[in-house]
Amino acid sequence: MELARELSIVLFSAILVDNFVLTRFMGICPFLGVSKKVGPAFGMSCAVIFVMVAATAVTYPIYTYLLEPNGLAYLDTLTFILVIAAFVQLVELVLGRFLPSLHRTLGIYLPLITTNCAVLGVTLLNIQEGYGYLTALAHALGAGLGFLLAMLLFAGVRIRLENSRVLEAFQGLPITLISASIVALSFLGFGGVVDGIFR
Amino acid sequence: MEQTAGDKRLSVLLNGILRENPVMVLLLGTCPSLAVTTSVTNAIGMGLATTFVLLGSNVVISLIKKLIPSSVRIPCYIVVIAGFVTIIKQLMMAYLQPLYLALGVYLDLIVVNCILLGRAEAFASRNTVGLSFLDGLGMGLGFTLSLFAIGSIRELLGNGSWFGVELTAGVIEPMGIFAAPAGGFFVYGILIALVGILLRRDGRKPRKSFGCGDCPSAKDCKGKEGA
Repeated sequence: MELARELSIVLFSAILVDNFVLTRFMGICPFLGVSKKVGPAFGMSCAVIFVMVAATAVTYPIYTYLLEPNGLAYLDTLTFILVIAAFVQLVELVLGRFLPSLHRTLGIYLPLITTNCAVLGVTLLNIQEGYGYLTALAHALGAGLGFLLAMLLFAGVRIRLENSRVLEAFQGLPITLISASIVALSFLGFGGVVDGIFR
Repeated sequence: MEQTAGDKRLSVLLNGILRENPVMVLLLGTCPSLAVTTSVTNAIGMGLATTFVLLGSNVVISLIKKLIPSSVRIPCYIVVIAGFVTIIKQLMMAYLQPLYLALGVYLDLIVVNCILLGRAEAFASRNTVGLSFLDGLGMGLGFTLSLFAIGSIRELLGNGSWFGVELTAGVIEPMGIFAAPAGGFFVYGILIALVGILLRRDGRKPRKSFGCGDCPSAKDCKGKEGA
């Protein structure tokens, strides 16, 4: 029961309160680049959720059983980025070989994810926050779902934006960033919600 | 008029600081530009840490560019960059602990900052060591300058202070929203709009889409944006 409570707190905090995109500013590139339409935004987010959870599942044991006992904890960044890069390559190969239809929808986003700071960020935060293995996985899942939520909300906003007349100076990115600021503002309202529910 | 070697060096250095400022014009490295700019001190710390990594990685990559097979160049660049990030992390942990704690995970995330891979791919892998050094210095200082600008606006409006010194307290009520994440997006959006006006006046076009332009994975995602 205690564990279930802890897992839900971590999961929902990562989705709503500490949303990776809107509060921690991780994964801004895909957030602004791939959010023009709902379809690609959804595909990209699914790929991110998968890679985040899988990368956590892989890097956490490497840190706990390999790096830390040998006094190599300071090599975490270097190891994690290489493991994530190798892992993403592997997933792409496997998907392309065995699940070509899934590869066509998700695979195109995979190369982008290697250098996505949200994925490296979630694996590093798991270590820094001192989570257990299950909690770390819940955190990764929450981070991914939070990314999906932000992407879908923002894709909706941008479709409206496409059809509106904007001052020349603000066309393109500036107005996109300002809309992102308003979406981020709405997430401020979630502060304290999770603690209140699961107390 | 033929360009002398000295002119070339100067233009490489200035290129990063103004003409192709990584944050404002190339629109790279957004993650740290928004995350750590709640105070000027953090912004400058982040900027200088990135400059250090950029200098190191540009010089090393330019030195070993002939040894790297092109098919595995990206992982090689990442290892070099991650190595320098580890060095600066250890140095800051030892000598600048408050800043180290304030920057937190964003210090590690320098590894995936597009500016570093972008310069490795677009400049250091094609130019001499000296020019790569200058390019790293210019881009790093340009990055620091942009972070300084965003950080100044956000700290002044959001906290009423500058470098931690109370300035407008009691005169203007600080607007906490500027220190909040939403303020980061807002200030960056306004600054890019202003830079866009200057670029148009100069006869250049501001970037339309979000800046994967110099990102090494760009060719993998070209045309897939909003596909």
